[in-house]
Amino acid sequence: MYTEEMLESIKKVEATRPERLHTEPRRLTAEEKDELLRQWHPDYREDAFDTIQIGPNKGQKAPKQLAELLHSNSRLYGMNIDLSRVDYDTDVLIIGGGGAGCSAAIEADNGGAKVMIVTKLRAGDANTMMAEGGIQAADKDNDSPVQHFLDAYGGGHFAAKRELVEQLVMEAPDAIKWLNELGVMFDKEDDGTMITTHGGGTSRKRMHACKDYSGAEIMRTLRDEVQNRQIPIIEFTSAVELIKDDKGQVAGAVLLNMETGDYLVARAKVVILATGGAGRLHYQNFPTSNHYGATADGLILAYRAGAPLLYQDTIQYHPTGAAFPSQIQGALVTEKVRSLGAQLVNKDGVAYLHPLETRDVSAAGIIRECKGRHEGVTTPLGDAIWLDTPMIEELGGAGTIEARIPAMLRMFLQYGIDMRKVPVPVYPTQHYQNGGVEIDTECATSIDNLLVAGECSGGVHGRNRLMGNSLLDVIVFGRDAGKSAAKRAAKVELGTPTLEHVARYAAELEAAGIHTGKVSPLLLPKYARHAREYEQRGFQFQ
Amino acid sequence: MEKMVNVYFYGKRYSVPESLTVIAAWEYAGYTLKRGVGCRNGFCGACATIYRIKGSNELHTCLACQKQVEDNMYIASIPFYPQDKRVYNINDLKVSDNIMMEIYPEIYSCIGCNACTKACPQNLNVMQYIAYAQRGEFEKCANESFDCVMCGCCSTRCPAGISHPYVGLLARRLTGKYIAPKSEHLEKRVEEIAEGKFDEPMKEMASLPTEKLQELYNNREIEK
Repeated sequence: MYTEEMLESIKKVEATRPERLHTEPRRLTAEEKDELLRQWHPDYREDAFDTIQIGPNKGQKAPKQLAELLHSNSRLYGMNIDLSRVDYDTDVLIIGGGGAGCSAAIEADNGGAKVMIVTKLRAGDANTMMAEGGIQAADKDNDSPVQHFLDAYGGGHFAAKRELVEQLVMEAPDAIKWLNELGVMFDKEDDGTMITTHGGGTSRKRMHACKDYSGAEIMRTLRDEVQNRQIPIIEFTSAVELIKDDKGQVAGAVLLNMETGDYLVARAKVVILATGGAGRLHYQNFPTSNHYGATADGLILAYRAGAPLLYQDTIQYHPTGAAFPSQIQGALVTEKVRSLGAQLVNKDGVAYLHPLETRDVSAAGIIRECKGRHEGVTTPLGDAIWLDTPMIEELGGAGTIEARIPAMLRMFLQYGIDMRKVPVPVYPTQHYQNGGVEIDTECATSIDNLLVAGECSGGVHGRNRLMGNSLLDVIVFGRDAGKSAAKRAAKVELGTPTLEHVARYAAELEAAGIHTGKVSPLLLPKYARHAREYEQRGFQFQ
Repeated sequence: MEKMVNVYFYGKRYSVPESLTVIAAWEYAGYTLKRGVGCRNGFCGACATIYRIKGSNELHTCLACQKQVEDNMYIASIPFYPQDKRVYNINDLKVSDNIMMEIYPEIYSCIGCNACTKACPQNLNVMQYIAYAQRGEFEKCANESFDCVMCGCCSTRCPAGISHPYVGLLARRLTGKYIAPKSEHLEKRVEEIAEGKFDEPMKEMASLPTEKLQELYNNREIEK
């Protein structure tokens, strides 16, 4: 499968391996990290961003593809939707059936509210399902939530909302306990001690995992619990616009049956946006590790309704996306591979950077090594860095890879690459939306009755998220949003429903002279050949 | 020019590059996928697919996002299969009881044909985990089924109408909740937090000026 050139380079990697097994590159100083990020992280490429022209974040930057969607009109603009003809009537409407949405549904149900989930694909079709490496919580003796706070806040470049980080870390152990009691099978020692490892930027080993199916194990358990409670899940139904009322609060959503094209009206006292991320917008033409439905829909809905975004200009590129072969290009190679000992190595076999720097630093380091120093190994798809996976077996013993990261082993074996024996080529892939709709500690936004949880929200992770804090985020804030929604729903009095904000937004766009000729939210990426907008990228969309 | 192969989507022929996965080939042919597509990384099970190579009578199953196209593949997506998930309250179950007999009794109608195992795109020993479930060996069933992505390929081939993924899921939830050893350090930490042990230190940390936090962060000790 590998080319001659790659095989030649592997010989050099093997030659330096015995020495590297006992040594690791030093960690960068704060100044070195800042310099590396400024020069090589994609967030610093000014030509990849546009200025937002209207709305609460007017004047701020957003990735071009996101800005275009923010600058587009609702597909309902100019249409006459009869909001008095209610198809679904509920207390709490949850938009999105991933980790945050399902956690919210369970807690809102516990809180006595009538709950309903809508999701544009199937329940559990979400980035949560694809999270591999693990979930953080400070539950060991040498660790504390305070230490977790320092790691998360520092890793996010001291930009996060402190009260949200505090909430994240203080509720983390309870989140693990909650999942465990729902039946999630965490990796444990025989005496029940959680098996925990490092992630990039952690100062304590607090990464809990379920092999490398951590997110899948959590997601399928949460979904099963939602189904056991018989909470309605309306699948293949997207939300295309929030409904407000004459008091300015959110009062439901207009839904679209993805298969029939019918519009439907959902009336709700509280709406929770749990729509996830934006990988499928392919910022800067990066491939992505994300789910098919990751198109930033929640950001568009909230923004058009008037809610401000926070850190919409910071994107996480996971340092280790598969770089080859094409069938898995951009697919996630979990950070846990590095937690277990694999180093990042250039074409000459040099481990040029500590393997567990934070993701932004690590991604920038790979880009510099390939594009700046020309030390990447050339693959048929471009230059890449080796992730020296055979080290894992040398350090942890034969069989470690199959036991701890079976999904990774399976993914590469499918294409004849045995990661136990040869290193695998990696390059950054678009992975996570660090920012989103700004929330407070109750997951509330600036608009009454509109809550947000999970990747769609902004403020928890500052300008960079640590491994294992996203699964944690969807559980902690998903649950909190559900609890908060149930409480609020008991008090809400809805007024007359309206879509007036849609016309107002259109007028603002018109006044600013913006005409994209498109409608938003996107809902699904345009991958079909006749509709393909990303053809110039030159790679297939996995 | 890339080498092309012929594939047949629902019997209709399309010429597609041979390097593509089945999912990408579908899109190359011009389909806008709604059903039968999901994470595109082999974790969600949305893209269960059945195919036959022209001239062979053997039916194969795969995840469309993980399978590269082959020449003369006759392909049909199985975007939904009517599996039968039973509703239960996990808190009411006792692992000593014959739970499977109560919730999924059809597993005892397994005729041992092993078609489920042959159909599994994850190469799991599906029939074996059903056998463990029959015997009430939940933990073994849980471990054997752990890598299941619930695509349902097994169920499509089962003459006994078993919904295997849900049997495995029940066994895993029982194992995670009741059988796996308790994590005392976790319980202890949850209690400490509830008792307010970290309230003061956290308040102190969270109210430090950013410069001070930067100093603490840049000089923090990292566990080996």
